[in-house]
Amino acid sequence: MLKLLRQIAVTGIVSEPPPRPDPTLRVVEQRLANEVLALFGGALAIRHVDAGSCNGCELEIHMLTTPHYNLEGLGIRFVASPRHADMLLVTGPVSRNMETALKRTYDAVPDPKLVVAVGDCGSTGGVFGESYASCGRVANVIPVDVAVPGCPPTPTALMQGILTAIATRSRQS
Amino acid sequence: MHAPPAFDSLGLQPAPLRAALPAWHARAGVERLREIAVGVAAKGGRLAALWGADERDRGEGFALHLALVVDDATLWLAVPLPAGRPDYPDLADVFACANRMQRAAYDLVGIRSGAADQRQWLRHAAWPADVYPLRRDFGLENWYGNDVEQYRFVQVAGEGVHEIPVGPVHAGTIEPGHFRFSVVGEKVLRLEERLGYVHKAVDKLFESRDLVAGSRLAGRISGDSTVAYAWAYAMAVEGLAGVAPPPRALWLRAAALERERVANHLGDLGYLGNDGGLAFGLAQFMRLKEEWLRLNARLFGHRYLMDYVIPGGVERNIGRHGCDEIAAQCAALAREVRVLRDLYDDHAGLQDRFLTCGRLAPETARLLGVVGLAARASGLPLDARVAPGHEPYDRLGVALQTQTAGDVAARVAVRFDEIAESLRLLEAIVEGVPLGEIATPFATVGGRGRGLGRVEGWRGEVVVALESDGGTIRRCHAHDPSWQNWPALEHAVIGNIVPDFPLINKSFNLSYSGQDL
Repeated sequence: MLKLLRQIAVTGIVSEPPPRPDPTLRVVEQRLANEVLALFGGALAIRHVDAGSCNGCELEIHMLTTPHYNLEGLGIRFVASPRHADMLLVTGPVSRNMETALKRTYDAVPDPKLVVAVGDCGSTGGVFGESYASCGRVANVIPVDVAVPGCPPTPTALMQGILTAIATRSRQS
Repeated sequence: MHAPPAFDSLGLQPAPLRAALPAWHARAGVERLREIAVGVAAKGGRLAALWGADERDRGEGFALHLALVVDDATLWLAVPLPAGRPDYPDLADVFACANRMQRAAYDLVGIRSGAADQRQWLRHAAWPADVYPLRRDFGLENWYGNDVEQYRFVQVAGEGVHEIPVGPVHAGTIEPGHFRFSVVGEKVLRLEERLGYVHKAVDKLFESRDLVAGSRLAGRISGDSTVAYAWAYAMAVEGLAGVAPPPRALWLRAAALERERVANHLGDLGYLGNDGGLAFGLAQFMRLKEEWLRLNARLFGHRYLMDYVIPGGVERNIGRHGCDEIAAQCAALAREVRVLRDLYDDHAGLQDRFLTCGRLAPETARLLGVVGLAARASGLPLDARVAPGHEPYDRLGVALQTQTAGDVAARVAVRFDEIAESLRLLEAIVEGVPLGEIATPFATVGGRGRGLGRVEGWRGEVVVALESDGGTIRRCHAHDPSWQNWPALEHAVIGNIVPDFPLINKSFNLSYSGQDL
């Protein structure tokens, strides 16, 4: 136990300051009222859905809750059920085999809600595009507020996308 | 080059493939298929991959393809099947892992095995049962209505037995798949997996690409293994086109592959600690992983090394200064990991979760044809890096890290040992990397024929089989080690309690995307 505590003390705090919101990541104008977003901003609950990703984006989403990025330090946490979520963080081109599951997950999130599409695939369909097996970008299947490009987007870019989705008009300007 | 003695008694005339690893190609009639499979199995060989192809535009029927590995030599066996009735005998009693591959080959190409299990695998409800996307007269853009699929899970009956359905959307940040548990109380009697949710037409997408562009797609079949896929793909293209990458490129590829292995093992060790109830472990290992990824970004241009390996070589050089940075980082990481390993080993609560949990007995692992890390944790000394002539590994000498217990603790121990071994290899690579070019120009490829790549990724061996009509890809099949290892997870879980499933699952950490294609 002492060795464990010593390791914690030796490591110290490595967390870095979060990025600023970036309005250019918006796919649509802000839909929710400032008051709602202010509430979300205080304690946002995110449900991640892999709708067809190669798992590259998942690696970077994992990094969000690690010491350097410390997303939970901003009051933002990942939850196990869409019914507990304010935001869906969706990766992948939406595979046809995940189309129904994604729609159902979206419906299970209570209103008001936000959707952030992740990665080149989530934003545009990426290298997989549209085919017999792929619906392409996330916005082809459910409404998207913010899209974060990148293959995969860095944790900082992902944080920026999440913070942009909950930033109010006044905070963006 | 003479075919290895292991192939002698099979009655084939295998032709050597130009490949970085020893590989041969042979054709055989479907009436000889079972005899050859049984012969390979009798020599301790295994099925590395199975796929189908449509050859009707060449005036033939269809074809069943197998990649069989015996004593580190790969035999690519092509079995022509008649266009009118493309059937072949079931191989799942010889190689258990054939079951799902055969079903996938039917879903995509319409060649049918004689197996009793004819349930769909990669097809859910997005295309009709009598339509086969990998047939050459099927358009990539074809679009059918979608529905909720009806899949026949195996039912377990008896007093007090009930089912727990989980997924495809899971509770954590992981890939989608469905797990059907049949349990009594908390005890798992049976787990049945239903995968295919992230099928995104990878094989079909390859068909429309030129040989060089295919590399980018190969690197995105399973993002956590992008180096292994890109290298296996490059190996196949280079063999097909007769292009030899310069030695420096091979050494730098090995550096990238070992860095990918270390990055994934660090993340897994963190999550295994976390799933065992020690959040401290996650924070510590992910801190180390982040620092590792940052040096990747600075030296290789990408945190996960995507698109670093290209056909003909590598995308950028790592200079003397970069090599020194890698060596320094390896030495520092080795110290840090030793401290954390002591903490894991001493933590009674963690060891209580790890030991005897999710045991995959060596004999079960062998029967299921398990590969890679999971095989080595169950006592099977399999690793494509030790294949003869695999530069630079033949010069470096890879020490295989094996355990025999086959439980979560064994898979944790293999990861710790492999980090230490990969750090040693990395230091040897940056010390001994030969000077010279980093890529052989690949501008005009008129390659026609076939090429095979086999690379030991962090999870296990990735196999890429490639055929070209000249310049563009005719057929490319990429095989993930998860094909073999997913069924092993079903066995490892039996008799364990449901709450231990996430830990057992993480200890295998298999790819959904790589298997779903």
